[in-house]
Amino acid sequence: MPKIDLHQHPPYFYADYKSSHSRGPNQDPIDFSCLTALNPSEVVAEFAGGLRNRFAVGDLDHDLIRNAQQGGIPLGERMVISGQVLNQWGKPESGVLIEVWQANASGRYAHKDDGHDVPLDPNFIGVGRCITDKEGRYRFYTIKPGAYPWKNHPNAWRPQHIHFSLISESIADRLVTQMYFPGDPLLDYDPIFDAVPDSAKEHLISTFDLSVTEADFALGYHFDIVLAGANATPVDPEHG
Amino acid sequence: MEPDLPLTPSQTAGPFFSMGLNQSENEGRLASPLGNEITGEGEAISIAGRVIDGNGDPVPDALIEIRQADASGNFRNPDFFGLARSHTGENLEAKFSFRTIKPGAATELEAPYISVAVYMRGLLTHVYTRLYFSDESSANEKDALLNQVPETRQHTLIAQHDESQGIYEFDIHMQGKNETVFFQL
Repeated sequence: MPKIDLHQHPPYFYADYKSSHSRGPNQDPIDFSCLTALNPSEVVAEFAGGLRNRFAVGDLDHDLIRNAQQGGIPLGERMVISGQVLNQWGKPESGVLIEVWQANASGRYAHKDDGHDVPLDPNFIGVGRCITDKEGRYRFYTIKPGAYPWKNHPNAWRPQHIHFSLISESIADRLVTQMYFPGDPLLDYDPIFDAVPDSAKEHLISTFDLSVTEADFALGYHFDIVLAGANATPVDPEHG
Repeated sequence: MEPDLPLTPSQTAGPFFSMGLNQSENEGRLASPLGNEITGEGEAISIAGRVIDGNGDPVPDALIEIRQADASGNFRNPDFFGLARSHTGENLEAKFSFRTIKPGAATELEAPYISVAVYMRGLLTHVYTRLYFSDESSANEKDALLNQVPETRQHTLIAQHDESQGIYEFDIHMQGKNETVFFQL
């Protein structure tokens, strides 16, 4: 039975992260185990499977360099991110929907509420998605996102990051996270990153990988992702 | 058996998730495969609500995901896809909204319910709750999970049926005296 591990995830309240003060719940969550002891896991919505391999993505959805071009090429440093999605028992997670969103090279999101005074890029939206293959592997092509200021505290800047959302077998496996870059000096000043327990921080930082780098085209980064998952072979919805 | 690998930690969805995760954004370019409707046989219903922060203000940038069984209480129906998304930035009232069908009860120990996950700026790790239905009071009374919730807080999990509008209203309070009950999986 998967279980959310709060020793690995950041807390609901983190003093240095201001918006957590009014938005994180104050009361302890009620443990589900009272219910799962009564019922077989397959009838509990949160653990009900069947979400794997249920999504279709377009041919260019994983290629953020090309998926929003309007007659030009996006500005910025081209990069490849590749990695493997596993569950915590080390089994590859295939058929997982990975969705990413990010700022452009200048540090601005193509979102109406982003008022940062740097240019939008007409050839870049910063949205992508893909499905992991049989070995749980994925690959995105994109532009390295810029750092940008935010209002949390005076002279606050978010480190460069890409948002990731993953849907695997059940919503108990759901993960929304952010991938960071090695050696980013802003990581030391970022309360969102800092809220993660120290022992777990390294799992949010991609590694530069020359073997992923594509010559004359894009720098390569490696980022593996571990989901809760169930310690059982997933049921293939097509074959029983 | 103990797990071998440490989980990748959660991080907040931030304020701009809708450009990547919601079908209503980007004027249809790179539209998300997940919208706010679930289709299937059964009683068509609408659900709407707001997310209220600790200051009593509606949150205009929250992402809500729902997961449910089909009308017979089956989660494994291959012809039914019981997952959908909405966000509170879609309209001026800061309301999320879904069109779906009323789920059936999965077992005799349970009332019909919809599982709800909430993500937003300020929430470093997402939260889970459940939506039960106000017009299922006898089923709710015997529900195994509702009965684990202190009686004074059970109301936070029950969507109120507004018959005049045909909507189940379900507000999610992050804090305060009406703080919604959240569950740890």
